[in-house]
Amino acid sequence: MATTDFLRRVRFAAWAAVAITALAAGAALLGEAQRANILGSAGAPPATARVGAPFELTGTDGKRFNSAALAGKPFAIFFGFTHCPDICPTTLLEMTNHLKALGERASQLNVLFVSIDPERDTADHLKLYLSAFDPRIIGLTGTKEEIASIAKSFRAVYERVPNKDGSDYTMNHTASVYLMDKAGRLVSTLSFEEPEETRQRKIDNLLTRG
Amino acid sequence: MKSTIATLALGIAVLATPALAADATLGTITIKQPWTRATPPGAKVAGGFMTITNTGKEADRLIGGTATIAGHLEVHEMSMDGGMMKMRELSGGLEIKPGQSVVLKPGSYHVMFMDLKSSPAAGAPVKGTLKFEKAGSVDISYDVAPLGAKSLDDKDAGASGSKGTNHGHH
Repeated sequence: MATTDFLRRVRFAAWAAVAITALAAGAALLGEAQRANILGSAGAPPATARVGAPFELTGTDGKRFNSAALAGKPFAIFFGFTHCPDICPTTLLEMTNHLKALGERASQLNVLFVSIDPERDTADHLKLYLSAFDPRIIGLTGTKEEIASIAKSFRAVYERVPNKDGSDYTMNHTASVYLMDKAGRLVSTLSFEEPEETRQRKIDNLLTRG
Repeated sequence: MKSTIATLALGIAVLATPALAADATLGTITIKQPWTRATPPGAKVAGGFMTITNTGKEADRLIGGTATIAGHLEVHEMSMDGGMMKMRELSGGLEIKPGQSVVLKPGSYHVMFMDLKSSPAAGAPVKGTLKFEKAGSVDISYDVAPLGAKSLDDKDAGASGSKGTNHGHH
């Protein structure tokens, strides 16, 4: 019967799709395992070593900022934008509070805020916006290419989301704060969803480790 | 006796007024404690929060509104997806089912004041309207919490930051 035959074909196609997906997932896992072997990084998760890379961006003073300036000190880095109603000002305020809680130890840590909306976040605008927060927070912007490059190295993602009539847009973006040690290796991340004490302890651990 | 009770009731009503001053009712839609928070200088957006209850028998939708400080207002949802903050405009509005309350709060649903003409500042309630698909428009007055407040009565926000964060709050 034609209907039964049709259903059988549909079922076959569905199972074929499942099999292809499973094969692809297996191949991806295998690839990851092989890369880990090539790196010979038994123990240390390979992903950790590959987060972050040297960069050059523009500071709020309009001058170029090279990541070489961060050498020898741990740093916290996060991505956001000033047209952000919630998580960016909240995270900036939390980092302000963490720096305050660190007291003199705050000088052992650099905190960087990188705009993923360079189109609207000029150096001047970023400077004005950040004036509400701890002045030690380093605001950075750049060209679209520079921002794409640093985000990629940190495996941070962002995307432009237009509103319904296309007259404005907002951004989706990775919200985590990356905690990097003095050698530029990822140690941990902070989430705005975890308690303040937990975040503070992670920062303390980072500074103790150096 | 009757007049004593009436006086007492009036007294309670007067005492209760400050906390309830900003609540608004429109038909079967009740809006409790609308609030927003101070923004960093130069900010072009701010979030508005409240609890909306539908005591009616039909669903309604919050579809938009106005705010005197903003060029326009949108209804948004923020969510976290594997470490990514996602923001989206609810183009069909926010549904308030019959008999239910929806909380607009940081990290979740909110009205977004876009293209700010002036910044929300503590002590100066933000005026505007909210528009519902069926119930129509209602006037709203938002209390203003400090920068970064997680709720209207979050005492740790803003002032606990650096000197720069409490401009305009005192």
